Amino acid sequence: MDIVVLLKQVPDTEALIQIADDKTSIRTEDVKWVINPYDELAVEEALRIKEKDGGKVTILTVGPERAVESIRTALAMGADEGILIDDPAARGSDALGTAKMLAAALKKTGYDLIIAGQRAVDDDGYQVPSAVAELLEIPQIAMVIKEEIADGKITCERTVEGGTMVVEADLPALFTTQRGINEPRYASLPGIMKAKKKPLTNMTLADLGVGAGEVGEAQAKCKIHDMSFPQERVSGKIIEGETAEAKAAELVRLLAEEAKVI
Amino acid sequence: MPQGVLVFAEQVDGSFRKIAYEAVSEGRRLADTLGEAVTAVVLGSGIEGMAGELGKYGADKVLAGDDPALVDFAPEAYSNVLLDITKANDPRILLVGASSLGKDLAARLAARLGAGLAMDCIALEVDGDTVSATRPMYGGKVLAKVALEGVPQVAAIRPNVMEIAEVPKGGDIEKVEVNIGTPRTRIVEKKLEAAVKADLTEADVVVSGGRGMGSSDFSLLEELAQILGGTVGASRSAVDEGWRPHSDQVGQTGKVVSPSLYIACGISGAIQHLAGMGASKYIVAINKDPEAPIFKKADYGIVEDLFAAVPAIIDELKKRKE
Ligand SMILES: Cc1cc2nc3c(=O)[nH]c(=O)nc-3n(C[C@H](O)[C@H](O)[C@H](O)COP(=O)(O)OP(=O)(O)OC[C@H]3O[C@@H](n4cnc5c(N)ncnc54)[C@H](O)[C@@H]3O)c2cc1C
Ligand SMILES: Nc1ncnc2c1ncn2[C@@H]1O[C@H](COP(=O)(O)O)[C@@H](O)[C@H]1O
Repeated sequence: MDIVVLLKQVPDTEALIQIADDKTSIRTEDVKWVINPYDELAVEEALRIKEKDGGKVTILTVGPERAVESIRTALAMGADEGILIDDPAARGSDALGTAKMLAAALKKTGYDLIIAGQRAVDDDGYQVPSAVAELLEIPQIAMVIKEEIADGKITCERTVEGGTMVVEADLPALFTTQRGINEPRYASLPGIMKAKKKPLTNMTLADLGVGAGEVGEAQAKCKIHDMSFPQERVSGKIIEGETAEAKAAELVRLLAEEAKVI
Repeated sequence: MPQGVLVFAEQVDGSFRKIAYEAVSEGRRLADTLGEAVTAVVLGSGIEGMAGELGKYGADKVLAGDDPALVDFAPEAYSNVLLDITKANDPRILLVGASSLGKDLAARLAARLGAGLAMDCIALEVDGDTVSATRPMYGGKVLAKVALEGVPQVAAIRPNVMEIAEVPKGGDIEKVEVNIGTPRTRIVEKKLEAAVKADLTEADVVVSGGRGMGSSDFSLLEELAQILGGTVGASRSAVDEGWRPHSDQVGQTGKVVSPSLYIACGISGAIQHLAGMGASKYIVAINKDPEAPIFKKADYGIVEDLFAAVPAIIDELKKRKE
């Protein structure tokens, strides 16, 4: 089973985000970069499938040079090899552009199963995996909390509003992760040592056979033209009172008369 | 020439979701700026009767795709049908509600149309030939304005944010032929809660519990939510403890909610939790630790044991109702 994990490097969820001078991107200095949390679930699930059924786990990333660190972390968790697509002409791609590069690379590596995160917590896009599956014309199942593979078929339980649905598809297929699917392992010390020797390939658009005119900022149909901070919430009032009952009465009064939400 | 705004109006079991009204209303606003028409699309089984209701919210025309094969909102079959409809109608703008299945649908459609998509928008504007969308990024730490280019321009709008407005228009129903194609995925089983509660992302009031709940007994919060007509949510810690299902998790790796009222009970206010509820209109925090960071974001705070405060609030609300 050849499993490919689509992995994006993102700022740590705790990171202080600052807007860059160009007002269309964030300042990348002083940011701690990590594997997108949902992609960490994807790596873990890939490793579990490999441990059960055998096969190979490849990590595939579109990103700048620094993303190598995150690929190495996934290799230290147990993945077998990594591919970084990094090309100046690819910068500024939108979701569809990114998906084109990922799909081109996937056609080169081959795959039985592709696992991605449901969303990247930087752009909160929820788009790239869908586009990859559409470009490859393979089945896709989103927000999966449980999967089972047998006889060339994958059966997934996915979350939907108000519950879950069990969906099946023939392999090759793509699915995206939802929290609850697993608890990702930490990279062990021997894992980290081994990861240093695992193959990590750099690819450019030329390697992928993707033309510079197909991706990148000029081709993007969704472009950021301004960034701002949302209005800061200011701390409101702490409701004083002798007893819980007194505080409750005052809260309910405020909600009804001041906030007018009840 | 591409013309008008096409709006997908999501329904479940014969009722429109709130997001459907929000999407049609928003579509009307955009169409008015353009001086063009709004066409709503309803897909499902046995839905023809309900389709006309969308006229009230500004749909000039409602396309009804009524077919037993569409009884469940299966993103794949739906995207196949909606793709045909979009191609046949050649709209300038396509609006979809960003419910969990709606996001799935929008992403597939945009990819197949080769269109630009702004996901989970909280505001839309028409700016000459392009749609400019405001959408939160980085867990709501940043608001980005994105410009869409090309045709059609696809926007998925965040539930509970855009205003519902009654702007009666024709709402003439037109039946459309449906071809679901050959889906590559098959639904084997549905495990839905018997009493479908309002989805968190659509609820007007959310009462969430955290580690401070101490156990899986959330009955107090259920009762408070019920009185307020709201829904129960949870912090990740409460979910990790196994007290609540993952679908209840609010936060950066859970659902993003923007109700009128969010009541956080026994939740400390970690940055990842705030990412999921910071856009609520009013936040109430109940926590026994006066130093809990949640108080810095709350409009109203009660420093108290939640097991004393919540029953007192319930009593007070009951008194008011009498
Ligand atoms: C990558 C990543 C993603 C994450 N995503 C999310 C996410 O999506 N959503 C999320 O919520 N968290 C998320 N977290 C976890 C987050 O960092 C916090 O750990 C979590 O939100 C804490 O949950 P809590 O407030 O319930 O628990 P705690 O932080 O333990 O707080 C419990 C609070 O309850 C109070 N309390 C205890 N007993 C009582 C009582 N009887 N009455 C009143 N108050 C009481 C305490 O004073 C305390 O403030 C994420 C973390 C990471 C690293
Ligand atoms: N640059 C990228 N490189 C590799 N995978 C990506 C990239 N961007 C997005 N993905 C994958 O697509 C998922 C959803 O991302 P997004 O659509 O950006 O929210 C992520 O969790 C990854 O699995």
